[in-house]
Amino acid sequence: MSEPLLVVRDLVKHYSTGGVFKAAGPPIRAVDGVSFEVGRGETLALVGESGCGKSSVARTLVRLQEPTSGSAVFEGKNIFDLDRPTLRALRRKIQIVFQDPYGSLNPRMTVGDSVAEGLEIHRLAPRAEIPARVATLLQEVGLDPSYASRYPHEFSGGQRQRIGIARALAVEPSFLICDEPVSALDVSVQAQVLNLLVDLQARRGLSYLFIAHDLAVVRQVAHRVAVMYLGQILEIGPTEEVLANPRHPYTEALLSAVPVPDPDRQRTRILLGGEPPSPSHPPSGCRFHPRCMHPSKDERCSAEAPSLRPLGSAQVSCHYAR
Amino acid sequence: MSPLLEVTGLRVTFPTAAGPARAVDGISFTLDQGKTLALVGESGCGKSLTALSLLRLVPPPGVIEAGSVIRLDGKELLALDAESLRRIRGKRIGMVFQDPMTSLNPVFTVGDQISEGIRAHEKVSRREAWERAVALLQEVGIPDPVSRAWSYPHQMSGGMRQRVMIAIALSCQPDLLIADEPTTALDVTVQAQILELLDRLREERGMAVLLITHDLGIVAGRADRVAVMYAGRIVEEAPTTTLFRHPTHPYTQGLFASMPRLSGARDRLVPIRGTVPPATAWPAGCRFHPRCPSAMPECVTDPPLLAVESDHTMSCWLGTTTRK
Amino acid sequence: MIRLGWSRTALKGAWEQPGGRRGLLLLALIVIVALVGPAFLPDPASQPDLIRGALLPPGFGHPFGTDQLSRDVLSRVVHGARISLSVALLAVALSATLGCLVGMVAGYFGGWTDAVLMRLVDGALAIPRLFILLLLIAVWDHIPLAALIVVLGATGWFGTSRLVRAEVLRLREQEYVGAAVALGAPRRRIILRHLFPNALAPVLVASTLAVGDVILIEAGLSFLGLGIRPPTPSWGAMILDARSTLFTAPWTGAFPGLAIVITVVAVNLVGESLRDALDPRRL
Repeated sequence: MSEPLLVVRDLVKHYSTGGVFKAAGPPIRAVDGVSFEVGRGETLALVGESGCGKSSVARTLVRLQEPTSGSAVFEGKNIFDLDRPTLRALRRKIQIVFQDPYGSLNPRMTVGDSVAEGLEIHRLAPRAEIPARVATLLQEVGLDPSYASRYPHEFSGGQRQRIGIARALAVEPSFLICDEPVSALDVSVQAQVLNLLVDLQARRGLSYLFIAHDLAVVRQVAHRVAVMYLGQILEIGPTEEVLANPRHPYTEALLSAVPVPDPDRQRTRILLGGEPPSPSHPPSGCRFHPRCMHPSKDERCSAEAPSLRPLGSAQVSCHYAR
Repeated sequence: MSPLLEVTGLRVTFPTAAGPARAVDGISFTLDQGKTLALVGESGCGKSLTALSLLRLVPPPGVIEAGSVIRLDGKELLALDAESLRRIRGKRIGMVFQDPMTSLNPVFTVGDQISEGIRAHEKVSRREAWERAVALLQEVGIPDPVSRAWSYPHQMSGGMRQRVMIAIALSCQPDLLIADEPTTALDVTVQAQILELLDRLREERGMAVLLITHDLGIVAGRADRVAVMYAGRIVEEAPTTTLFRHPTHPYTQGLFASMPRLSGARDRLVPIRGTVPPATAWPAGCRFHPRCPSAMPECVTDPPLLAVESDHTMSCWLGTTTRK
Repeated sequence: MIRLGWSRTALKGAWEQPGGRRGLLLLALIVIVALVGPAFLPDPASQPDLIRGALLPPGFGHPFGTDQLSRDVLSRVVHGARISLSVALLAVALSATLGCLVGMVAGYFGGWTDAVLMRLVDGALAIPRLFILLLLIAVWDHIPLAALIVVLGATGWFGTSRLVRAEVLRLREQEYVGAAVALGAPRRRIILRHLFPNALAPVLVASTLAVGDVILIEAGLSFLGLGIRPPTPSWGAMILDARSTLFTAPWTGAFPGLAIVITVVAVNLVGESLRDALDPRRL
């Protein structure tokens, strides 16, 4: 097992409320101590529902936001601790693909200009060569090179996602953070983009941090999966293992809530009671305890926060999971 | 027993700079009392417009073309005058819209919004309407309904707002509930709660439900029949179990092949190649043929509607070459 | 570095609308007349037609008649077009630039910079523009043309800055800006390439409409005797001059008035069609 490409330890991101004229309230603890590793050529999926903090993790790792604390070591260097020129060089290696195909491309720039942006910023090709490079990139993501002179509004959601992927690939990253890249797409288009991502990984040896809320999608692309809830990872392990034998009560509930397209296999669903609590007032102890239906739940769950411990080939953060 | 809802030859057209966009192009279906029909399709297929047409809520410049027939309990809805139509909306047909964020009025309390629906159709006092609103909030599973009725939509989560929408839709005991992508904007655990709620309410009240969605998973346990739409037309319609076990139309088959699954073999997904054409340039004949892996020369002419079984119809030339 | 290829699509969009097309044609006509006309027409100030006399009604030789100083009205209207249009265009250009600058700085940097700038703008907006103009103009006896333009421009940028700030705040959160940051784009590139072109659309619309506003303000000031002074022919000044002869020789005031109306209408038509053309593109 070779060196992991990215090692994240105790990442914390709190958002403060209040501004120049507003009083501050309690901070929103979007990410509250997250640790994981991603190996070369591997895909780790980060799943969870809205408000669990997965998008904050993504944005912090590309330094679109600064973390409150924690470290992320990429190729031996902590990416939160870099000077400007090193950070700039690093930005070539870690790239991001966004969720919203309608907001991720500058409507006033042609597709070609958007894709070439990275090439221009990092001076990766002489001006004369750029159109050829853009054409190759567009072809690699399955688009006709003639699209380079057109504007984003002329394309469908799936095509725009591909353009976004081409833009990220232009700087030749080794690590791609995909923030819900297919959530906004129709099922048939989703399949096209997922296949593209899998192919690119095989061809270019990319590693992915794949953020999603759809467990079935995750199963298609991820080697390992981490389940997040209210800013923390509750369970992490190989995808097949976690999906077939969920150990954390939340993972079980999540899996049972996913609609199954098979009228004969309608499981009894574990219905989670209540609403997800607010990230500014997380419950004490284990964050999931107010909604947990585990038979062994007791006072320890509300008093003491569990930490990840190995169970089988996975790691689970629960006092009573077996 | 005649069906509750009968739609025949529904056509909705939008004039655009590039010519008329036939967003809904001749669809027909029926819905019996107390049953659930799911209208399934991807974005742009016209399913939401179909739902809006039933209440004549198609946004201008869209027009429901002449020749379309919509009958509720035998009454022709498209021929009604404004007042009669108003009496149908909310009272006989309730609608749950997709996005609870924008479907609730931000400046009125939820209690007000539910009461408003009640008072629009029944002569009751404000107090009585309010009490019924609180009872409805209770029925849709909102905790502490008495004080929650005074909340504004922005003070509630997405799941709660959707419950409020359902309460509004049910407030006058409609016979037919149209749910347009009721859970698309919600988390999967909340989605499960809302779908259970809809099931329970449907059984308790004996309502018919027209469920509009793009998610075949939701349909599996809940609908009696499924109609699959593509490019403004229904391409296949069958009882749910039959559709899932024996999808016959290439588009339906393509949808199933491109869906990632939680169990079973983890094969590479087989997407439907190409993209949905724009509504102003539907292909001639079978709308799906440019993307169909089994396209034949006949496909450039409109395929007939075939009965695969007595209750399973689909519209494809392949059906005529004795395949099962 | 800033490529404005989309402005072609915007103009095309404006052209495709009936109102926009008429506005653009009308405006083009006015601009051509203003640019080229004075070469073909006598300079009204130095060549009063003493032969035929003053206050002649429109007729052969003087299509718009003459005023009380025997000057050809048509010639004065055309010369006045140059003055009025250039004052309006330059003043609006100044306002737009100032507004964009302040709005972008406030929107991009946020925090105290934003708070301070916006409170200043709020204060300035609370005072009626005419007041400020009158105060400033009072500094001179006869305000020179350049100073008038600067004064008009300096009092008209407050609303634009709020517009731009709001756009920048919205745009900052767009994912394509995030993508550019993630690609390593330096601040300057983000502002010039991503924020500025996208914030420009509402500014363009607002500025086009402001041209009409400024023409009217300048005409008003000149009419009050505070703006452009005679003998320079500005439309407003012409109407001032025509005060005494409005009923006896209506053409002296009617034609400059008509010129103002037509120009402002043309500008508004273009502005509104631009707004329609630019909006649906916004995604």
